[in-house]
Amino acid sequence: MDVAAETNEKFAAYAHPERLVSTQWLADALAGDSGPSTSGSLVVVESDEDVLLYETGHIPGAVKVDWHTDLNDEVTRDYVDGDAFARLASSKGISRDSTVIIYGDKSNWWAAYALWVFTLFGHEDVRLLDGGRDKWIAEGREISTETSSTVPADYPVAERNDAPIRAFKDDVLAHLGKPLIDVRSPEEYTGQRTHMPAYPQEGAMRGGHIPTAASIPWGRAAAEDGTYRSREELEALYLGEAGLKPGDDVVAYCRIGERSSHTWFALKYLLGFDSVRNYDGSWTEWGNAVRVPIAKGTERGEVASAS
Amino acid sequence: MTTYALPAALAEIVDDFQALTEPDRLQLLLEFSRELPALPERLQDHPELLEQVVECQTPLFLTVETEESEGGEVVRLYFRAPAEAPTTRGFAGVLHEGLDGLSAAEILAVPDEMPDLLGLTRAITPLRMRGMSAMLGRIKRKVAAVSH
Repeated sequence: MDVAAETNEKFAAYAHPERLVSTQWLADALAGDSGPSTSGSLVVVESDEDVLLYETGHIPGAVKVDWHTDLNDEVTRDYVDGDAFARLASSKGISRDSTVIIYGDKSNWWAAYALWVFTLFGHEDVRLLDGGRDKWIAEGREISTETSSTVPADYPVAERNDAPIRAFKDDVLAHLGKPLIDVRSPEEYTGQRTHMPAYPQEGAMRGGHIPTAASIPWGRAAAEDGTYRSREELEALYLGEAGLKPGDDVVAYCRIGERSSHTWFALKYLLGFDSVRNYDGSWTEWGNAVRVPIAKGTERGEVASAS
Repeated sequence: MTTYALPAALAEIVDDFQALTEPDRLQLLLEFSRELPALPERLQDHPELLEQVVECQTPLFLTVETEESEGGEVVRLYFRAPAEAPTTRGFAGVLHEGLDGLSAAEILAVPDEMPDLLGLTRAITPLRMRGMSAMLGRIKRKVAAVSH
């Protein structure tokens, strides 16, 4: 990568510190002083839940990627294909070797999702702005309402490579017995609710969780200011509470795969688990699927012995 | 679809949206989000008088009141939605401009699928449009409850 990784004490403790940048680092990089030389190789992307939030003010020069209209296929429940992704990247001024820094609202919930989709297409240098949009604004940094003018870049058609980081329902069935992390709210995990508070339109026929999944709501990986918690704190959560062991093969899920992207990032890049997959079908698929095993209540439950 | 059943102000808004390209429709929705009036002070101090529309992705609170005018009883609408939720604010702005000050009967006659007429479904996604339908549904239920 052309743009040097940020080094600071907090990030240095993570397995892949080059996947995060701080707000100060980005401000310096954009100002072009004391920061790394950007020379057009750095593209800042905002990705929010609200489709109009970018327009109300964004980091100067940042381009917008909407998780729903840009990254999801309009017809099939799937992500866009290599052609559409190449067109999207190109239109945003992103080249294959660009350093892409993604940030967004809600502790980078949707930004992490966008980063995960960029990773499906093998975009090599894609990083998160630690703390996201809220931290940038809370620090009183510059915000612009001008739509950033971009020069279309060349982006090759890259085949999406799902297998390493994406799990489908059958993969999860085959995975049963190995660690799963359920990142939804405790009410969704126990089955008390079949949708997230305030999101009834993404409901399911059945409530509960995938048997043996540990419940670690995604937001627990984020501090008050939206930044990721320290390595020590993340280890207490995922190695301690969830009981993961270094080297485990892990699948994370939520409702549609966005909140679990945030957890996927923490496990993959901050704690260094090599094999972490995000099950984007998540509860809206599992909780509607016929004859898949479900556990209810606060207990993780057991996997029925193979027949 | 025709807009003949809509109250004049709402029909005008629908026509404005329909006349635009998709990106410009989003811009117009953004303008509505900016124009959503702040709550009057008496309601700001009494959040319990507002009801949350839980179907919206972001917290939206609304209440309706009736007041006497020359032409009879009219309905006043009040909304509160955070600045970080411009889409939700935009929907609220459309409904405020289109429905505030009408009679209960006029509001109750607005077709439930009115939000679809704005031509935003593709740009906003059906998922997000449901928030607006829920908002209209909630207004109609509350209007039915307070009108006589």
